[in-house]
Parts: sequence; C-alpha cells; structure tokens
Amino acid sequence: MANIVMFCILAVVILGSAVLCVTTTRIMRAATFMLFVLFGVAGLYFLLDYTFLGAAQISIYAGGVTMIYVFAIQLVSKRTLQGMVERMKGSRVIFGAFMSLVGLATVTFIVLKNKFICMAGQVMDTEVPMAKIGTALVGSEKYQYVLPFEFISVFLLACIIGGLVVARKEE
Amino acid sequence: MIPVQYFLVLSALLFFIGVYGFISRRNLIAMLISIELVLNAVDINFAAINRLLFPGLNEGFFMTLFSIGVSAAESAVAIAIILNVYRNFKSDTVDSITNLKR
Repeated sequence: MANIVMFCILAVVILGSAVLCVTTTRIMRAATFMLFVLFGVAGLYFLLDYTFLGAAQISIYAGGVTMIYVFAIQLVSKRTLQGMVERMKGSRVIFGAFMSLVGLATVTFIVLKNKFICMAGQVMDTEVPMAKIGTALVGSEKYQYVLPFEFISVFLLACIIGGLVVARKEE
Repeated sequence: MIPVQYFLVLSALLFFIGVYGFISRRNLIAMLISIELVLNAVDINFAAINRLLFPGLNEGFFMTLFSIGVSAAESAVAIAIILNVYRNFKSDTVDSITNLKR
C-alpha cells in the first residue's frame, strides 16, 4: 500500500514536470523541469529496489547531463537570462497534440489488452544484491556483460573526442 | 506490490509527452530535452518489466544501465553540434539550418 502511495506521488511529479517542461516557452525552465523528471524516474528505480540504477540515474543524468544542458543554454543564448521566449506556432502544436494522443491511445490499448500483465508474480521487497550486479557486469559467461561494458567505455571515449573536435573553434 | 500496468501506462504518457515536445518545439535544446524524456520513458519500461515480470533475471537492468550511458554520450555530442550551429548560424532554431555548410 505504501508502495502505491509513493508511486502515485512520483507519477504526479513526473507527469506534471514533463508537461510543464514541454509547454513552457523558456528554455532554462524546461531544463529545470527536466531535472525534476529525472529525479522522479530515479525515485521509481528506488521503488523497484534497483538502488544501483537509481544512483546511476541521479549521478549521470541529474548530475552530468543536466549540467551539460545548463552550460549549453548559457553559452548558446545570451538572452536566456533575460527570459528568452520561444514562439509556439498554433498549427504545429495542434498537429503534435493530435499525433501524441493517437499514439498514446494505441499504445495504452495494446498494453492493457495484452495478456502478459497477468504473469506478474509477487516480488519480495528486497534489494538486488550488489555482488550479483558486479559479477554480471564484468563476467564473460552467459548472461554476463563484459563485452557491452568494454564497448560502452570505448564509445564514451569516442564521444568525448568527437565532441571536442566538433565544438572546437576553427581558425 | 505495484501492478506492472501502472508503470507501462506512466511510461507511455511520458513517451508521448516527449513526442509532443519534439514535434511542437523548434529550439534545438528544447528538442533535445524532449528526446531525453522519451529515453527516460523507455528506461522505466525496461526496469519495470524486468523487475515485476522476470524478477530472477537481470537483462532489463543492464539494458537500462547501458541506455543511461549511451544517452549521456549522445547528449554531449549533440550539445557540441548545437554550439557549432550557433557559432555558424547565430541562431538556435532548426528552421535556420538550411545547409550543412554555411
């Protein structure tokens, strides 16, 4: 019961912040509301007993990605501090709302009609042990993930170099 | 225990809020923020389905973990491109970019 109450609070925070994030006309506010959405999603991971995932979400998304966005906003648009306002075109808003509602209706219908939600078993409220995550992350057996782990480290290095090369000031 | 369809409906709502933002906004950074919302919705789905339907396995957990890492790298490169676009075109809306080269 307490889980349901927590879930409802987090859902209200996530959905409210997301709606404000896409409807506000100021970019800085959109970034701030995105931060609230990211914290709410981290709360959902904690609620699912994925503590490591919640910590990763807070440290990478809320700590890293949001900082990048704030820096980019301050670097790109100097008018943001005085409240840069983006004009919304009516036809595009209506088209976007229509497409989103059609997609949402389709996806919700399919999800709720599907049979797999009856398979949900009872899960104990226990945290996934850290030793299990660690051995699965760096092991090379079946259902272990050393190859994607190494690949993502090389990928991050490539993205750092690529970002530096792209953002470099050309003479 | 929370039923799994609550999570699925929540993530569907978040996904289509992100899609709406991506369609209706024309600022490059606002569009990128909408993409982040969409990616977060997908991450919620992975984690919830893994935890509530297949609690003995860990595939969704690691998929979410790698997805978080990849989206961080993606946003860093996108921000670099946006800075370059602003430097070249003196604007941060997608309508101003008509050529790949100035």
